Amino acid sequence: MKLWKMKIVSPVLCVLCFLLLLPFVLSGCHGSRGMAEFVMPETFDTTRNYEITFWAKNDTNKAQTKVYEKAIADFEELYPNITVNLRLYTDYGKIYNDVITNISTGTTPNVCITYPDHIATYLTGTNVVVPLDTLMADTEYGLGGSALLFDGPAQDEIVPQFLSEGIIGGTQYALPYMRSTEACYVNKTFVEKLGYTLPDALTWDFIWEVSAAAAEQDADGTYFVNGQKVMIPFIYKSTDNMMIQMLRQQNADYSTEAGEILLFNDTTEAILYDVAAATGKGAFSTFKISSYPANFLNAGQCIFAIDSTAGATWMGTDAPLCDIAEENLVSFETVVMEIPQYDTENPQMISQGPSVCIFNKDDPQEVLASWLFMQFLLTDDVQIGYAQTEGYVPVTTKAQDSDVYQDYLSRAGEDNETYYKTKIEASRLLLDNIDNTFVTPVFSGSASLRDAAGQLIESVTKSIRRKETVDDAYMEKLFADTASLYRLDSAGGVSVSGDGEDLGPLPTASVILLSVLGGTWVCILAYLVRQKIKTRKKSEN
Amino acid sequence: MKKILALLLACVLAFACVGCGGSDEGAADVKSEGVMTYAEYTAAALDTQVVIEAYVQAKQSWWENQATVYAQDKDGAYFLYNMACSEEDYAKLTPGTKIKVTGYKAEWSGEVEIIDATFEIQEGSYIAEALDVTALLGTDELIKHQNEFVSFKGLTIEAITDADGVEHDFLYNWDGSGEDGSDLYFNVSVNGATYQFTVESYLCGAGTEVYEAVKALKVGDKIDAEGFLYWYEGVNPHITKVTAAQ
Repeated sequence: MKLWKMKIVSPVLCVLCFLLLLPFVLSGCHGSRGMAEFVMPETFDTTRNYEITFWAKNDTNKAQTKVYEKAIADFEELYPNITVNLRLYTDYGKIYNDVITNISTGTTPNVCITYPDHIATYLTGTNVVVPLDTLMADTEYGLGGSALLFDGPAQDEIVPQFLSEGIIGGTQYALPYMRSTEACYVNKTFVEKLGYTLPDALTWDFIWEVSAAAAEQDADGTYFVNGQKVMIPFIYKSTDNMMIQMLRQQNADYSTEAGEILLFNDTTEAILYDVAAATGKGAFSTFKISSYPANFLNAGQCIFAIDSTAGATWMGTDAPLCDIAEENLVSFETVVMEIPQYDTENPQMISQGPSVCIFNKDDPQEVLASWLFMQFLLTDDVQIGYAQTEGYVPVTTKAQDSDVYQDYLSRAGEDNETYYKTKIEASRLLLDNIDNTFVTPVFSGSASLRDAAGQLIESVTKSIRRKETVDDAYMEKLFADTASLYRLDSAGGVSVSGDGEDLGPLPTASVILLSVLGGTWVCILAYLVRQKIKTRKKSEN
Repeated sequence: MKKILALLLACVLAFACVGCGGSDEGAADVKSEGVMTYAEYTAAALDTQVVIEAYVQAKQSWWENQATVYAQDKDGAYFLYNMACSEEDYAKLTPGTKIKVTGYKAEWSGEVEIIDATFEIQEGSYIAEALDVTALLGTDELIKHQNEFVSFKGLTIEAITDADGVEHDFLYNWDGSGEDGSDLYFNVSVNGATYQFTVESYLCGAGTEVYEAVKALKVGDKIDAEGFLYWYEGVNPHITKVTAAQ
C-alpha cells in the first residue's frame, strides 16, 4: 500500500517540481550569459558621479596618448561628475583578448576602441554591447543633440562609408574613430635606377616585374640595385589585407554577408601562385617573416613597402620615427602611392582603423555617461589632433572640412614632424579615395577568416623559402589545413544571428535541469499509461 | 665479506650514477641521434629545418597554444618563438627542463630564432650561469652570444628621453607612450658608451621584482644586471634582474 502511494505521488511530485523549476530554468538561461537590454534614460542625472573606463589603442605613439589624455581632461571639465579612466593598449588583439576575458567576469570597460570584426564576437553574449541606434537618434543626447555640452557632429556629418562599417546585423554597434587605408611607400630612386618609370597608378604586374629585377645579384651575392647583401624588393605588412584586396580587386569571392566562407577558391589559388613565384625569385616577403617594411625601406633594402597609412611616420629617409641605426639609413626619394591594382580604372582599397563601442552596464545612467564620452571622441579637436599623429583621416566631414584641418593638409613638407610630407600625403591618399574603399562582411568568425586569408600567403611564402614544392596537391592540403586550423570548414560559416552556430557543450547545470524535465515527462507519461491500463482492467472485470 | 664489499661498492656506484643523472651540470652536452650540435645549428642556413636539444631558461609567453621560450645548452642559446605548446605542457617547461625542438631557423630584425617548432620533453636538467658580457658590449663579438643568459657589471643609469624631449629615469614603451604594465626602457652607460636595455613585459611584467626595481632606478645609480641577449636591429637585452652594483 505504501509502495503504491509512492508510485502515485512520484509523478505528482515531478509535475510540481517541473512547475517550480520552470521559472528558475528560464531565468537561469537568460541570466547566465547576458544582461538586461539597455533602456535610454529620459535625462542624464548630473547629481550623481560616474566613473567609466576607456580602453584605447595607440600605435606606441606618445602623441596619440596625449590626444587621449587631453580629450579626457577636456571632457571631464565639461562633465565634472564623470571620471574617465584610460587604459592604453598598443595591440587590437590584446584588447580583444582582454574584452573576451572580461565579458565572462562582467568587468568589461565602458568605452572601448575595437574592430567591428571583434564586436561581432562580443555580440554572442546577450546585451553585452550597447546598440547605438536609439542613442544616436536621441534629440537631446544623440549625435548633435540639444543637451550636449560640446559641439559634436550630427549623424550626417560622419562619413557615411565609415559609419556604415559599424553596422552589424542591421544594428549600429560601433562608431568610427579614425580611418586609414594601406599605401605603397616606394623608393622611387631605386625604381628609376633599375630603368623603370613609376606609372600614375601601380599595377600588380609592375610590382612583380620591378621586384624581380631588383632581386638580381652578382656572383658574390651583392644586389646590383643597392650594393648591399640584403634586398627584399617587396614587403607586405598585413598579408590578410593583401589577400582580401587582391580578391576584391578581381571581384572574386571571399565570404557572403551572412558568413558563408568562400575564401578557398581558384582566384585565391592563382594569387598564391603569383606570391610563390615572386618569393622564389627573392622578390617578396612579409612582415611576419622578415620584419617591419619601414626598417628595410629606410635601409635601402626594400623598394615597395606596403603598410597602413597610419604607419607613414616611419617611412622614408627623413621619417620622424625610425627603428634602425642612423648609420644604416639610406637617402632616397619616397613616393606614397595607392596599393597596386588589377584594374587601375576601378581602384579598390581597404578601409581600416579604430572604431569605438560601448559595453552595457546595469546602470543605464552609466551607459549614457559612456555614450557622451564616446561622442566627445568625434569632436573636431580630438579628431584633428589624433589624425595629425599619423596618416589617419578624421571620420567626420565636420573635422575634415574645418579650416584647421585644411590648413594642416596644405602645409605638407614644412617640417619633418607635424607636417611630415609622407604622412600628409598618406592621409590625402585616403581622402582622395574614400569612394574606392571597402570593408569585408562582419560576422562571428569573420576575424578568423581574415587571419586565414593572411595565413595562406604566409604559408606559401615560407614554403618557397624552405624549398618545398608548391603545386596543386600542396594547395589542396593548404586549403584544407587552413580551413581546419581556423575552424572555417563547417558549411556556411558562422552568422552573427547565431544560425547554425556551434555553441559548444551545454553547461552541467543545464544538462541536469533538462534531465529533470525529461524525467518528469517520462514519469507523467508512465502515470497516465498506468492509469489507462488500470481503468481498462476495471472495466474488463 | 668480499661479496658484501663488492655489493656495497656496486650500490654506491649505482647511486652515484643516479645522482649525476639528476643534473647535467658540468657534464658534456651529448646530443641524441639526429640532433644538431650548437655549432651545426649556427652553421645551418636560414629557412632550413633544425633539430636541437636544449634546456629551458625562461618562458616569455603562452597564447593560443603557442609558447615563446629562451633555451640554452652548454654551447649556446636558442630563442623559440611561438612554438606549438599546450597550456598543460607550458606548465611543465620550468627552468632547467630539457627539450628536443624541431623547427625552422629564421631571422627577424637580426634576431635568430626557431619558428614553427614542436618539442618534446626529455630527461635532464641544466640552468646556465649568467655569462658576464660587459666587456663585449659594443663589439662584434657580442652577437655570438645572442639569446644567452648574460650579466652586465658596473652599469650607470643614464637619462632616457621621451618623444617630447623630456628626460626620465626610465620610460614606459620606447617613447614614453605606455603606462604601468608596458615594456620598460632605460639607458645604461659602461666603458664610455650608452646602451638601451628593456624589461620585456611578457617576460617580466608589472609586479615582478625586476619590473618594480627598474621603476625605482634613478639617474646615476650603479647597477649590475642579468637578462637574455635579445636582438632587434641591434642588441636589445631583455633584463630579468637588477641589483646594486657590487
